[in-house]
Amino acid sequence: MARVVFTQNLQRHVSAPPGEAPGATVREVLEAIFAAHPRLRGYVLDDQQRLRTHMVVFVDGQMLRDRVGLSDAVAPDSEVYVMQALSGGSGAALRLPPA
Amino acid sequence: MTDRLYIGTRKGLFVLERVRTRTAKAAGKSAGKGAARSSARSSAKSAAGASWRLLRTAFLGDPVTTVLPDERDGTLYAALNLGHFGVKLHRSEDDGATWHEVAAPSYAANAAQAMGRKITPEGGIEPVPTAPSVSLIWALERGGEAQPGVLWAGTLPGGLFRSADRGESWALNQSLWNLPQRTEWMGGGYDFPGIHTVLLHPRDAQCVTVAVSTGGVWTSLDGGASWEVRTQGLRNEYMPPGQEYHPILQDVHRLVACPARPESMWIQHHNGVFRSTDAGRSWSEITAIRPSKFGFAVAAHPREPDTAWFVPAIKDERRIPVDGKLVVARTRDGGRSFETLSRGLPAPPAYDLIYRHGLAVDGTGDRLAMGSTTGALWSSDDGGDAWQLFSAHLPPIYCVRFAP
Repeated sequence: MARVVFTQNLQRHVSAPPGEAPGATVREVLEAIFAAHPRLRGYVLDDQQRLRTHMVVFVDGQMLRDRVGLSDAVAPDSEVYVMQALSGGSGAALRLPPA
Repeated sequence: MTDRLYIGTRKGLFVLERVRTRTAKAAGKSAGKGAARSSARSSAKSAAGASWRLLRTAFLGDPVTTVLPDERDGTLYAALNLGHFGVKLHRSEDDGATWHEVAAPSYAANAAQAMGRKITPEGGIEPVPTAPSVSLIWALERGGEAQPGVLWAGTLPGGLFRSADRGESWALNQSLWNLPQRTEWMGGGYDFPGIHTVLLHPRDAQCVTVAVSTGGVWTSLDGGASWEVRTQGLRNEYMPPGQEYHPILQDVHRLVACPARPESMWIQHHNGVFRSTDAGRSWSEITAIRPSKFGFAVAAHPREPDTAWFVPAIKDERRIPVDGKLVVARTRDGGRSFETLSRGLPAPPAYDLIYRHGLAVDGTGDRLAMGSTTGALWSSDDGGDAWQLFSAHLPPIYCVRFAP
């Protein structure tokens, strides 16, 4: 089973412990994790079940390519890291001047 | 007057209570010397010998985009935008002391959308799905008196959502979403259009009005089953010739109504100030406002339909107070004339901007609160004649709201 680790910054909002999950793709692995931690889903995926804009996933050091389908392959001994992308954050996602 | 005030900021929710000055000092001392000095500095004392005291905070460090105190059952709601981790909604049954997360509005059921295009690094074009995902809860309002648990939310991208179970679940209003004219809505300061105002008729819960930046004003008389545009008279002077009065291309920044006379409405529009006395069926442009006609915020008096407050600024990409001086413009005659109010507000240079939900009036019409992008919070107990500073050092303020 793949080992899955979530950014520590998630822990302030929702329980996201490291875990092991079965699956041949990132989607399958994450679905297995979400089955045990349903609230976690909305913090990682958006309304359309895509990876959130400012999140990033690494599989064995390789950045996720398919951010929409999450179809990147995962091996039984893979390590999957779910992290914040440096591209954004609350500042960039919530730009101040609305009009 | 209302003694409870909620402040949604870029770095958390602040709950203030109004206390007699002596009580405030005692509370400050008991919290330690440092806190006492801080309290003495930040508390705004009025002539009445009362001041605001920070009762509690919540979500420190996280953007709180809107807050709703629901007097029907005493629930307090707070909408968050966690950036990386998305939009969340939390509910409190003890006035903000403890919170738990409920469902946020979601476009999960609306995946079938047109595909967009993007240029690849190699110069090719590839399709990208543009199916929406909520990026901001911009408006949150309760349903009618006889609709316990019903909530309305306006979001960005611009959807209207309804919950019948205190936020446990949400449904997109399909009739508004599927309007053919919605394709003419445009992003204002964001990439997508957004619904920032949801206005419920105080005595007819079937009558719901939403305002869109950019997309005009829409009213439903049947609880959201059908919608009609109500923008006649709104004018965008910067549109191409002949398009100034286009019914959809109207950038309404904020829409409010007088609760006692809800047919009396006010709009702060990108292009100026507008008034309606027939529930939005027709609008008149107000030109007497000084020092400028641009702004975001407007507040309507709870009982006097001819009284409203605005916070003028320099328009378009600048968005700063005129001459670096923050003032409030008040009319008491339906917009024929305005007073420019500045007593207690800072002398220039003061580059505070007031966002569209950053100005509020309580149920008496005497007490106002105003919070700025530079983290200053003022209140007034005399309808805006004089203002008292609570703190100039809060995080950037998105919204201020009195308990009902």
